[in-house]
Amino acid sequence: MIRERENHTPLAEARDNIVGEGAMAAARIMLPILLALIVGGLILIALGKNPIEYYWYVIRRGLLSPTGFQATIVRMAPLLFIAAGLIVSFRAGIWNLGTDGQFLLAAAIVAALSPVLSPIMPIWLVFVVCFSVAAAVGAGWALIPAFLKANYGINEIITTLMMTFLGISFANVLIKIPFNDPSTTVPQTATLAVEDRLPRLFDTPVHIGVVLAVVAVIGVHVMMTRTSLGLKLQIVGANPRAAIHAGLKVPLLTYAAFCISGALAGLGGAVEILGVWGTMRADWNPAYGLLVVPLVFLARFHGIGSIAIVLFFAILMIGGESASRRLGVPQSYTLVLVALLLIFMALVEFLDHRWRRMKTS
Amino acid sequence: MADLLTVAFITSLLLGAVAAGVPLLLAGIGEQMSEKAGVLNIGIEGMMLFGAYTGFCAAFYLDSFWYGFLFGGLGGMAVASLMAVFCVWLNMNQIVIGIALTIGAEGLTALLHHFQFSRSYPRLSAADTLAIPGLSEIPVIGPVLFNQHAVVYLSIMFMLFLIWAYKRTYIGLNLQAAGDKPAALDVAGIDVRVTRTGAVLVTGFLTGVGGAYLANIGAGLFFPFMTGGAGFIGLVLAMLARGKPHWVLYGAILFGMSLSLTTALQVAGFNIPTDVVQMLPFAMVILVLIVLGRNSRLPAALGLPYVRGER
Repeated sequence: MIRERENHTPLAEARDNIVGEGAMAAARIMLPILLALIVGGLILIALGKNPIEYYWYVIRRGLLSPTGFQATIVRMAPLLFIAAGLIVSFRAGIWNLGTDGQFLLAAAIVAALSPVLSPIMPIWLVFVVCFSVAAAVGAGWALIPAFLKANYGINEIITTLMMTFLGISFANVLIKIPFNDPSTTVPQTATLAVEDRLPRLFDTPVHIGVVLAVVAVIGVHVMMTRTSLGLKLQIVGANPRAAIHAGLKVPLLTYAAFCISGALAGLGGAVEILGVWGTMRADWNPAYGLLVVPLVFLARFHGIGSIAIVLFFAILMIGGESASRRLGVPQSYTLVLVALLLIFMALVEFLDHRWRRMKTS
Repeated sequence: MADLLTVAFITSLLLGAVAAGVPLLLAGIGEQMSEKAGVLNIGIEGMMLFGAYTGFCAAFYLDSFWYGFLFGGLGGMAVASLMAVFCVWLNMNQIVIGIALTIGAEGLTALLHHFQFSRSYPRLSAADTLAIPGLSEIPVIGPVLFNQHAVVYLSIMFMLFLIWAYKRTYIGLNLQAAGDKPAALDVAGIDVRVTRTGAVLVTGFLTGVGGAYLANIGAGLFFPFMTGGAGFIGLVLAMLARGKPHWVLYGAILFGMSLSLTTALQVAGFNIPTDVVQMLPFAMVILVLIVLGRNSRLPAALGLPYVRGER
């Protein structure tokens, strides 16, 4: 009744809301980024560096120069796989903070396996076997936290963190003892010949793993939003008790979320080894896992959003790496930016909530 | 096996265990307090690292270990105050903010250290120890366990104090209520947010002191990312201790010993990768969890912000 008097059809109102929502969503993502860059810039000024010069250098090296941009794209592959894994677990309400262990262990095993397999089987089969093994290793490493969560309700934040420490050490042990290539001085695995690595696109360093990673993120997004498995997982995430009352097999779904998440992190490790390094050194740990967590949060567990934010972050990373050599701003500055980004994101979300509540009441 | 148990081996094992165990103990009892009050404090790694940095700087510039501990504690508290503002007062997600604070502290300390010391890592001189008369004369273990920096004894005394305080004082009960049934505490006229803020700040102080110990006494220097997950181990200890401070101590000893076992074995002439030994405590804990399958008992309202009148 009221609506008619105000000459608003429900449809028009919905459309207005969607337009408003879209602008709001963009603002919710752009505002924290802007604020983080500004506060980060102030920190640079405090340290006696010129922020404009730094940011411009990062953009030039990470985005505008062809080699830099290719490096950025290559860097996205492992990050995107981890992001895909995190989207599944976070949407299912499971805090898988153990992606680093899953990633590294799969990387170590793939690094040891691929040079052994490449002389005895066709190259495509090597990739298929390696990817399957990596997924199985990642999923397997997530099984214990899944078991403890599903059967005893033990908090997965703690168990996945423990498994990640265990996995990092275990990967190192594997590389130092059984997988060690005796012909090298530093402990590392045998090296996969360059021509046996993942095929490259258009004669650039960009390998096919990047495409696979993008497909993985989109696939996960579709799975979570358009399939019944995804819906079930989201229900478990939103309200486990309601999920039990709805007759869902919550323990089974918990296992599924953990394993899919671990498998994707494991694939990230495989792509990084097969596409970029061809070998794994002992004590190599890029620690992408905890870094991707904030990015996935910033994208609010949305697939496409995650791709955009991972791209942004990869530019910062690659540009930051070269800025650390040229401008004398250490790489750790990128970490500060990510932390600021997270804090401002949380702050913007909080203000947004409060604003909405004021509007409705 | 017999030649393993030499004085040199036992001495280096115990010394290493204390050096690695004290930060874990402090982080563990700190985290335990936050968790009792209902705040899951993932930022503890960042608090420890920042405490290590501020503590080292204070000890380095003011040339005093006590200032080192004080400023280490205050540094940890500064990070904790951010946690309190965002998670207790603004009800933000404790996991996101915790991870942000950890990443931020990692980045900021590495950045500041770079601009301050460039690539040099200045060392502190060895700290004065306090020998406890009588006990320190016990052969082999005496000079190691009872001839430590005074802050080691203070940490253990504080742990004992907490055992008493949690059971016998209103503060202890208030903390427990803030984590288990915040609404009841509110009805009793005690501000849940103030209680939680206090707990988080004390956590930050304790963890920061732990970080300062790690840098100033354990290592004698500060280097970026030096905590390397020690704060997270504190988190694990708190979770396994099920609210009992003395269990944190046992856990800290266990983890501390296995962290120092590699060095001790190297002293004894065995050369095995550090990683093998580092896996032991985690593998053991996971095994215990699987076999016993006990639910680590956690406060009911852990991780949930308290909003008055909301159910």
